[in-house]
Amino acid sequence: MEMLRFATAGSVDDGKSTLIGRLLLETKQIFEDQLEAVERTSRDKGFDYTNLALLTDGLRAEREQGITIDVAYRYFATPRRKFIIADTPGHTQYTRNMVTGASTADLALVLVDARKGVLEQSKRHAVIASLLQVKHLVLCVNKMDLVDYDEARFDEICDEFTDFAAKLDIDDLTFIPMSALHGDNVVQHSPNTPWYEGPTLLHHLEHVYIGSDRNLIDARFPVQYVVRPMSHDHHDYRGYAGQVASGMFRPGEEVLVLPSGFTTTIEGIDEFGGSVEQAYPPMSVNIRLADNLDVSRGDMFARPNNSPIVTQDVDAMVCWFVDRPLQAGQIFGIKHTTRTARARVQELNYRLDVNTLHRDDAQQSLAMNDVGRISLRTTVPLFVDEYRRNRVTGSFILVDEGTFETVGAGMILAASSG
Amino acid sequence: MATTQLSHLQALESEAIHIMREVAAEFEKPVLLFSGGKDSAVMLRIAEKAFWPARIPFPVMHVDTGHNFPEAIEFRDKRVAETGVNLVVASVQESIDKGRVVEETGPRASRNRLQTVTLLDAITEHGFDAVFGGGRRDEEKARAKERVYSFRDEFGQWDPKNQRPELWNLYNGRHRKGEHIRVFPLSNWTELDVWQYVADDEVELPSIYYAHRREVFRRDGMLLAVSPFVTVMEGEEPEELMVRFRTVGDASCTGAVESTATDVQTVIAEIAASRLTERGETRADDRISEAGMEDRKREGYF
Repeated sequence: MEMLRFATAGSVDDGKSTLIGRLLLETKQIFEDQLEAVERTSRDKGFDYTNLALLTDGLRAEREQGITIDVAYRYFATPRRKFIIADTPGHTQYTRNMVTGASTADLALVLVDARKGVLEQSKRHAVIASLLQVKHLVLCVNKMDLVDYDEARFDEICDEFTDFAAKLDIDDLTFIPMSALHGDNVVQHSPNTPWYEGPTLLHHLEHVYIGSDRNLIDARFPVQYVVRPMSHDHHDYRGYAGQVASGMFRPGEEVLVLPSGFTTTIEGIDEFGGSVEQAYPPMSVNIRLADNLDVSRGDMFARPNNSPIVTQDVDAMVCWFVDRPLQAGQIFGIKHTTRTARARVQELNYRLDVNTLHRDDAQQSLAMNDVGRISLRTTVPLFVDEYRRNRVTGSFILVDEGTFETVGAGMILAASSG
Repeated sequence: MATTQLSHLQALESEAIHIMREVAAEFEKPVLLFSGGKDSAVMLRIAEKAFWPARIPFPVMHVDTGHNFPEAIEFRDKRVAETGVNLVVASVQESIDKGRVVEETGPRASRNRLQTVTLLDAITEHGFDAVFGGGRRDEEKARAKERVYSFRDEFGQWDPKNQRPELWNLYNGRHRKGEHIRVFPLSNWTELDVWQYVADDEVELPSIYYAHRREVFRRDGMLLAVSPFVTVMEGEEPEELMVRFRTVGDASCTGAVESTATDVQTVIAEIAASRLTERGETRADDRISEAGMEDRKREGYF
């Protein structure tokens, strides 16, 4: 069974929690005790219908304020796929939360209210999904019941969104008219939308093809940990443990070891108890090399004729998470693959308005939830690829060296070697 | 051509191995919580895989309430011997004897909440900076918002409104002395995933996870085992039933379910058909209030 990770975005009123509640309910992931608890609370609070949002709002403050505070992860499965939902709240800390949820997502669901149409925030969600290279986007046109299931209204919203999405980097765009509250086109085709011939949401989630979303071309293996048993049975064993970032590795193949630049061959690839014939993403394995080289955590295996850029100078789009502004000259800790270093912000090139895609190059700083393009200089070379081509070797986080908070997330645009 | 696609269980396992290796590489003194329960059994198996052919490079710790199912302790000791890992036992009884905590009284007394103090004391005493737990996000609403790396301050507290954003597979484990990180490699697993893994990987579990005859009585809609740790109250009538346990916690508050599932495949079939969550059905400790888990987690619970 395959796994599909998706992120959901929408504001408090778009019915996102209701949609997730509906998916969980109709795929029988919500258990009787959970449903009973929610029904009881809904009655106590005097709601007319069961508030499925209560299923997902887990923290006391959320229930008190009727808002979702943090990214919540939900799970459900059908016979075809296991699903992981990163449920991201739409109002406070929206960029931070959605960026977090989208960073591991194969697909993004963006909700719009059919009455209100494509709002600024729907565009913002699409921009962030595109920025994070989420390949598949589904626009859920929700609350169709409140516009009398009007096909013309649906078409109008689709057209408007399509025009906007043309400016983005989205491979696959799907539109579904629905009512999460009543269940129209979520799991079952709705008799209320006979004019809609596309898939239901669940059918789409089950069948959307994600097999080619991984990079199986560029062999990249960040060394995570060196396994040296120093035991009687495995006296000379030295395995480089890690998770394949991209590409394929097989015994007998040549690898380039970075940063040393030595070339050697793969002697064997091990998993618990034995060897494997090939390793591909996201397998966690031990790679043994034919030559005894000095290799440690933070190094990387690639190919002599296909290797990442080795550089201390990186240009990236960065999302800023904290209220202290990001400015040129600041120094942070940086974590990129298994490598940690320090990085100085050389320049803030522009701030990107995620609502309009406008580039504002007059800004001197990035505020919380801003997105902008920066240039970084790192203390040691990193082994990087463009984020568009490689989500693993193209991403990094910035860590405040005083508070140790994760203050920013970066996606590498370009790098100059040397 | 050979496949280049991992199954969902393989992908989950690989993610958990990656997390364990990150911790082993970046922390000075990690420890793995090991109760002998099924989640910790899976954790120990994954730790074995992550560092093979070397031994697991950190100890395991059992927070011992003293209210144990003997089968769980037997299993704990067997796995410790097989893996050659060091075992640290943090005893709630000792915390009581030293006056660190006061034992609850009455027939519903439980040591569940006292464990938090014992756990935090042990973390301080041994200087552990990373503590692996088997917690899963599908268990409970508050857990659904927890990070894989969950930061704890010097009081061991979790602040759900101020968590570090966690992106890609880049975990931020930075902390000061006296603070620590709880690490949950099984965050993305569901109960069914754990059981399917137990089946596929032939992970051994304590026998009480499978149906057996046991003397039990009904309390608050749960079946509790008759044991020296619970007082059977008036009107509660012990009877012998075929039962199994879905979690293994403090024997005074962990309930059994009636079951005929005597092996892993029949357990999976029962779970797939079950309409109640694992914790809702069998954990009295979560029923305290709607925010039962959140409150205990804030204090530093598992």
